[in-house]
Amino acid sequence: MSFWMIFKVAIRAIARNKTRSLLTCLGIIVGIAAVIAVMAIGQGAQTMMVKEISSMGNNLMMVFPENRGQGPVSGGMGQGQTMTAGDAEAVKRELSHLVQGVSPQVRTSVQMMYAAKNWAGNVQGVSTDILLISNWTVMEGRFFSEEEETRSSRVCVIGTTVRKNLFEDEDPVGKTIRLKNVTFKVIGVLASKGANNWGQDQDDVIMAPYTSVQRYLQRSKFNNINMMNLSLISMDDLAEAKREVGALLRQRHHLADYQDDDFETRDTTEIMNTIGSVTGLMTVLLTAVAAISLLVGGIGIMNIMLVSVTERIKEIGLRMAIGATPANILTQFLLESVVLSTVGGAVGVIVGVVGAEAIGAAKGWPILIQTGSTLAAFLFSALVGMFFGFYPAYRASKLNPIDCLRYE
Amino acid sequence: MANLIEIRDMYKIYAIGDEPVHALDGVSLSVDEGEFVAIMGASGSGKSTMLNILGCLDVPTSGSYLLDGVEVASRSATELAHIRNAKLGFVFQNFNLLPRTSALENVELPDLYMGRLSMRARRRRALELLKRVGLGGRHSHTPAQLSGGQQQRVAIARALMNNPPVLFADEPTGNLDTKSSIEIMNLFTELSDEGITIVMVTHEDDIAAYAKRHIVMRDGKVMRDDHGEGGRKSVDEVARLVKEALA
Ligand SMILES: Nc1ncnc2c1ncn2[C@@H]1O[C@H](COP(=O)(O)OP(=O)(O)OP(=O)(O)O)[C@@H](O)[C@H]1O
Ligand SMILES: [Mg+2]
Repeated sequence: MSFWMIFKVAIRAIARNKTRSLLTCLGIIVGIAAVIAVMAIGQGAQTMMVKEISSMGNNLMMVFPENRGQGPVSGGMGQGQTMTAGDAEAVKRELSHLVQGVSPQVRTSVQMMYAAKNWAGNVQGVSTDILLISNWTVMEGRFFSEEEETRSSRVCVIGTTVRKNLFEDEDPVGKTIRLKNVTFKVIGVLASKGANNWGQDQDDVIMAPYTSVQRYLQRSKFNNINMMNLSLISMDDLAEAKREVGALLRQRHHLADYQDDDFETRDTTEIMNTIGSVTGLMTVLLTAVAAISLLVGGIGIMNIMLVSVTERIKEIGLRMAIGATPANILTQFLLESVVLSTVGGAVGVIVGVVGAEAIGAAKGWPILIQTGSTLAAFLFSALVGMFFGFYPAYRASKLNPIDCLRYE
Repeated sequence: MANLIEIRDMYKIYAIGDEPVHALDGVSLSVDEGEFVAIMGASGSGKSTMLNILGCLDVPTSGSYLLDGVEVASRSATELAHIRNAKLGFVFQNFNLLPRTSALENVELPDLYMGRLSMRARRRRALELLKRVGLGGRHSHTPAQLSGGQQQRVAIARALMNNPPVLFADEPTGNLDTKSSIEIMNLFTELSDEGITIVMVTHEDDIAAYAKRHIVMRDGKVMRDDHGEGGRKSVDEVARLVKEALA
């Protein structure tokens, strides 16, 4: 009998018991749908995070001063007093073969005032290189120049959130605002970057030359900076850049061989690796859940197929009597379970995709449905049908025609 | 005429309970091409057992079986399936049609397993056979929509699908009324006249009277094998023959 004919027989048997077939499929549907949905949400989150992290900067490497020898209480990253703008300049000057941009960064919280409006935030003191390093673009007006940086001009650029809160519909460019009661001129507005992964509004930002921030807003007797941002020419040179930046800073900080670094480097690959390992763990857990649900679904199929074989034992006997070989019978029942499980798998894929999209839409989560993993889940459902359908089909094929015909 | 069926020292022993049952107890017989044989005997005498073994649905405990000159006693399940498909037709007491499946599709079934004909040729042949058994207009009826006699005629058409040389029938009229029984037996007579070999189990004398040769069994043994040299027997003659054999 041709495969196609046997396939038709299997389809007909399934169609005859619609409710039962549906219930049998349900296990597979739920299993596959769950896998697809969770995968889509997980992949969406991961892709979003990766995009977010790469948008943090262009071949970004960060160097933080580290609190050393200050007793058991650490001030946390960026709280050390050891790094200066001079360090940043030195890196830019001496490591130009590795680094395409360096910006020192100082931070101080300020109250911003314009007319009767008030807004609290952190002003970031940076250098002009920050545009290159952090993928910021200026939407209106201009960024500050190197000259303004050297002269510690009281100019600033603001993000869209700051603009909205201070200026509403007014054109901010050229207006003067007060930061800690010092007047600064707004010269530009940064293009919106939106919220990042952690829900932080990246547009709630105000930037000024670090020189101006140090001089007018921090008024510290020290020249220290909170961190420096580096943009490498190529991420391939990351290890070398870390080594050379480290050597340069150790030399500048006069550290003896026995002393530990008084700074720490961070880069986005580290963060990505962390995310990767978290996602990896998620994947393992998911796979386990999927395997269990598909196992349960598979056992359901096996159970129904065993019932089906017993129920149709006379049919089996008759088919054998008129010439069905054991292989024909095996194929018939195996196909039946494979059709059940693949239909379950297909419906599961649809339910999973629709479900993921719905959840994503409702919660505002990014959803990423990958063709590869969807296809894999679907093929796996077929495999489940084959695996769990084999035993009942094999049993049917080994029956004696006369025992079947005589079965009461 | 060639020897179509030949069995030698055939035993079928069931070992259920304390005492083994000899359903077939050393039977030897042969059937020539074109014969119309009725196997008779009391209930439990081994008629069905013999027919099932002859029909390759069951295997003997021991003994040899040559079908068309080929030993079949030691064949694999697959080989037996091919033999049944190509050479043997079956008609059962309870019809054994596939439920919820049209008469036409039931008749087509043996060729589906053989795969000899094209879809169109298969359909044409099945329709011809249905016409032949007098069901020309009922090819789309399912078994539930047919009377017992009509169902048995569908079963006969199905048995003829692959043009087998032999037809086996176990009490083909057992579930039918007199009128339908006569129709079925007339059909068998026609087929026999066309040269098909028929081996039929029955315990009714009037049904057996359609056959030319009569085999009477008791306790797994052949008690009488009447080749009917004296021409067709009447019902009374058959009854007498059975009575004598079992006396
Ligand atoms: N599967 C089996 N297991 C055990 N014993 C069996 C089996 N099949 C048949 N028998 C026994 O073999 C003997 C012959 O049975 P068989 O069915 O051949 O009788 P029969 O002549 O066809 O009877 P009936 O006219 O009632 O159909 C009986 O004693 C029966 O109990
Ligand atoms: Mg019987």
